[in-house]
Amino acid sequence: MSSAKEEERGAAVEAGAGPFGACPLPIFDHPQIVLGHGSGGKLSAELIEKVFVSRFRNATLEKMDDQAVLEVAGARLAFTTDSFVVTPIFFPGGDIGTLAVNGTVNDLAVGGAKPLYLAAAFILEEGLSAADLARVVDSMAQAAANAGVQFVTGDTKVVNRGKGDKLFITTTGIGLLDRPTQLSADRARPGDRILLSGTIGDHGITILSQREGLEFDTTLTSDCAALHGLVAAMLDAAQAAGGLDGMRVMRDPTRGGVATVLNEVAARSHAGMVLREGDIPVREAVRGACEMLGLDPLYVANEGKLVAIVAPEIADRVLAAMRQHPLGADSRIIGEVVEQHAGMVLMKTSVGGTRVVDVLFGEQLPRIC
Amino acid sequence: MKYLDEYRDGDIAAKLVERIRRVQTKPWVIMEVCGGQTHSIVKNGIDHLLPKGVELVHGPGCPVCVTPLEMIDKAHAIARRPDVIFCSFGDMLRVPGSDGDLFTIRSQGGDVRIVYSPIDCLKIARANPDRQVVFFAIGFETTAPANAMLAWQAREMGLKNISLLVSHVLVPPAMEAILSSPENRVQAFLGPGHVCAVVGYREYEPLAARFHVPIVVTGFEPLDILEGILMVVEQLEEGRAEVENQYSRVLARGGNRPAQDLIGKVFEISDRKWRGVGTIAQSGFRLRDEFREFDAEHRFRVAAIDVSEPEICIAGQILQGIKKPHDCAAFGTLCTPQHPLGATMVSAEGACAAYYAYGRHLKESDLVSIGEPS
Repeated sequence: MSSAKEEERGAAVEAGAGPFGACPLPIFDHPQIVLGHGSGGKLSAELIEKVFVSRFRNATLEKMDDQAVLEVAGARLAFTTDSFVVTPIFFPGGDIGTLAVNGTVNDLAVGGAKPLYLAAAFILEEGLSAADLARVVDSMAQAAANAGVQFVTGDTKVVNRGKGDKLFITTTGIGLLDRPTQLSADRARPGDRILLSGTIGDHGITILSQREGLEFDTTLTSDCAALHGLVAAMLDAAQAAGGLDGMRVMRDPTRGGVATVLNEVAARSHAGMVLREGDIPVREAVRGACEMLGLDPLYVANEGKLVAIVAPEIADRVLAAMRQHPLGADSRIIGEVVEQHAGMVLMKTSVGGTRVVDVLFGEQLPRIC
Repeated sequence: MKYLDEYRDGDIAAKLVERIRRVQTKPWVIMEVCGGQTHSIVKNGIDHLLPKGVELVHGPGCPVCVTPLEMIDKAHAIARRPDVIFCSFGDMLRVPGSDGDLFTIRSQGGDVRIVYSPIDCLKIARANPDRQVVFFAIGFETTAPANAMLAWQAREMGLKNISLLVSHVLVPPAMEAILSSPENRVQAFLGPGHVCAVVGYREYEPLAARFHVPIVVTGFEPLDILEGILMVVEQLEEGRAEVENQYSRVLARGGNRPAQDLIGKVFEISDRKWRGVGTIAQSGFRLRDEFREFDAEHRFRVAAIDVSEPEICIAGQILQGIKKPHDCAAFGTLCTPQHPLGATMVSAEGACAAYYAYGRHLKESDLVSIGEPS
């Protein structure tokens, strides 16, 4: 290492970047953004905490749920935003437009809200085919109609060729919390059951199968879907069982997959979790692709699934309601919340061993052999 | 899933564990050679199923881990060049060099691409005739045929803009080095199934005889590994030292002849440096003279780069089975997958990364609650 570099590092440590330094505002320890910052793993968490939360800090933001819950003039509103940059923009089972609608609808729905209105912002790259754009917007209109939401405002920008990958979409949504739900990631308690609404990894592996350099034939399609109907059915069942309070947490395990979402909940709730590998539904095609590429489906993205942490008294009723809904036919109880090993998710493996299911550092990397 | 679920059956696993328990009377130290086996053992919690007297130590068979720091630095020097498209297997991207990793280089503008097969580089080279395509050709005997095929086809096609940064290593010389060390603890090996699928296991027979160690060539699924351990323990208890094949559904003694022929045409055996271990004589491959024009070290004049590794990192001793990840003062504290000091913390197959990912940095007391059915 050159001496100039040593000095630079020394200065950084003095300023508080090192592990033992005192630091008023956390200093981000990457000179540049790397792809892993968008992975949903530890790098993403570090970026969000050190760059964004530290500067925007407030009580609502610090809850770190998929949506903010706001009390406005006596009404409880859910508010959220999400950007979509998927490549390719068209894929089996959907396109960037359906994702942009359903992703935001789902972030509202898993907060217990009825989705109402969306805003859309488009960043278009010079040269994008107008027909492709129209096709995407048609998908958005269709998806919005299916979800019972309206686009009520928006924005469009065009960037020079090469400055954007065809099309980026940001959607922002507002929903109404019309029931006295208290869904939040810090509410999981020992004894609660962990419910999963179906097979995992379908979306992520579908996208991977379409990527340049990795095209493989598969019958898989993305699970992209709006979950507000499934959520409503679950809340109805909980209410009928007299236990809306027993609906503790709901999340849609998108980027980072089920493993990342459960780790966030375990950490926020200071509780442990135990999963049973054999009870987690994974399609053959997803398992096959994951085996081939050395990936773990627990970390692969979903766009039409939800994970719910539910009190034991109402878990069976909620599960039954999920199974009756077309988007929850394969729902399972995949594990429990426990008092021990707070903040950690463990899994009983199919062969009878035990392992920790941690948050990944960055993106899952295909293994060499 | 067919051909996989059969090898992950919990009831059969329990029976195999019971048989190991019955056969074993003395404490034994067994090394699984291959990183894929290490990953499977830790991911499935197999080491926790074994009786106390059967200790698994994790061998040098993680190609990402044993690639020496100076070779990583050479890769980075090449990848930083604006005229280069640098192609690599995915898990090499996060291996730290002296200054950052390939992801960092990518964030600084380097054109670094993950490929799933070395052959993909041919397509990239043809699509980018004005740029140099370099493939980071690392690995054991397992990846050698595909890497050799890249050089072979590049020559056949007359492609002038393609080259290989070769850091190929071989398993038997590493096993010999481990067994010859005065600190050696290893009494038997689970041999590397994928490596032997290419080269067969004849080469292992003289090793077993000379050092009187059982070697059981073993697969990667939980039941493969448990059966391999059972076969090894049986040999140890009976005082035998033979090469046996647990993975017979995949490989035979002679291996894959066409693959061996191709390797022989493109590569020749040479001395190689191993990360954390140092140079082992005749322990790797380099390109033959006929393929020298495809040698990236030569083409980009990086052969002179020479660096040494961080002193605190004990990766070398871990790779030889002398120490375990949590014997390292830096493990889980200074050295994590987020800030790896050595490559065994980087690849999912590295012993340190596998231990970390699956919670082995935690105290046993934190884990007692998990396993047993309540």
